[in-house]
Amino acid sequence: MSTTETNASGVSPVEGGYSVDNPAPVIEPPRLRTKKTPRSTRGNFEMYGWLFMRLSGVVLVVLVIGHLLIQLVLDGGVSKIGFAFVAGRWASPWWQVWDLLMLWLAMLHGCNGLRTVINDYAERPNTRLWLKGLLYTATVWTILLGTLVIFTFDPNIR
Amino acid sequence: MATPVLDKAEAEGRAASPYITVTFRIRRFNPEVSAEATWQDFQVEIDPRERVLDGLHKIKWDLDGTLTFRRSCAHGICGSDAMRINGKNRLACKTLIKDINPEKPITIEPIKGLTVLKDLVVDMEPFFQAYRDVMPFLITKETNEPTRERLQSPEDRERFDDTTKCILCAACTSSCPVFWNDGQYFGPAAIVNAHRFIFDSRDEAGEERLEILNDKDGVWRCRTTFNCTDACPRGIEVTKAIAEVKRALITRRL
Repeated sequence: MSTTETNASGVSPVEGGYSVDNPAPVIEPPRLRTKKTPRSTRGNFEMYGWLFMRLSGVVLVVLVIGHLLIQLVLDGGVSKIGFAFVAGRWASPWWQVWDLLMLWLAMLHGCNGLRTVINDYAERPNTRLWLKGLLYTATVWTILLGTLVIFTFDPNIR
Repeated sequence: MATPVLDKAEAEGRAASPYITVTFRIRRFNPEVSAEATWQDFQVEIDPRERVLDGLHKIKWDLDGTLTFRRSCAHGICGSDAMRINGKNRLACKTLIKDINPEKPITIEPIKGLTVLKDLVVDMEPFFQAYRDVMPFLITKETNEPTRERLQSPEDRERFDDTTKCILCAACTSSCPVFWNDGQYFGPAAIVNAHRFIFDSRDEAGEERLEILNDKDGVWRCRTTFNCTDACPRGIEVTKAIAEVKRALITRRL
């Protein structure tokens, strides 16, 4: 049996002057659980969020693939899209509801997905706060603007 | 097993030794020497039918006594020696060297997501805190001392049989990407041990445990990556157990 340290930088008593009485700081992973970890949330918000992701996902598959087919594939493809085409579609309540539903579900689905990503990866409470603030602002703004356009769309606008 | 075949192999072994030289590449960290963790290679002559733990023993006993790792029973029951071997969480005492390609250096690191104290030893306290938080003990509403055994049908016992196998080695929790990034998540092991009581017909606090796991750091943070199921040295279907807790929550709350 032989030992050869092919890696010369094995643990060796050098840099920093650390000793038994002056050990180096250990690296703690983010947000460790302790006795004081708050047992905060009572209520079913996370459960409804989880369910919403599954249900909206199923509905969105139909809505988005249908949307893409109509817009980009069928009947001349993307070249047919213009003001007149959109105006013609939104003249029917069916397509208004379709687009409205797609807007709300996709925005909330994406917002909740990004919220979980932020919860997973942002370590500092302040980073979390700001990223989520930005996310919610963008989501609310897009949903309101889109809803406004769908309901107040005027095909005779000049 | 004294079969003629084995005798023949042993006779041949006298001419050609079964020992091969295996490189163990171990992640070393000693805060009393340096703030940096480094890789160190050890070359060990070992029978490839032995376990990774035997290799670690040879290193610690014969080559470098400062190598620090946990092991207690050394037979896959106590759950002390979970470590990251060739990038995968395993028990060193249940991993045969021949099964993990001894041609290449075998990398050994501490499990991830917990504070490394020295070499392969991590601080398990956050892991056990999550375990304590799910109340892993029998709770009944009876006020009187029981006068006889709590009986249970084989079917009722079978319901949670899989999750009774947990040895709390933390291989699952420390393989979970959500836990790596956010230690507030309960982690698979705590959920497995809650599952063991939630689905036990003798226990009467399932509702409280479900409420605890309904928390924002509870089961809903699971991303079903199946890392935990792959990592479990006891073969527990961890992700399935988590999914069963989710389903119980949905069916009882809706």
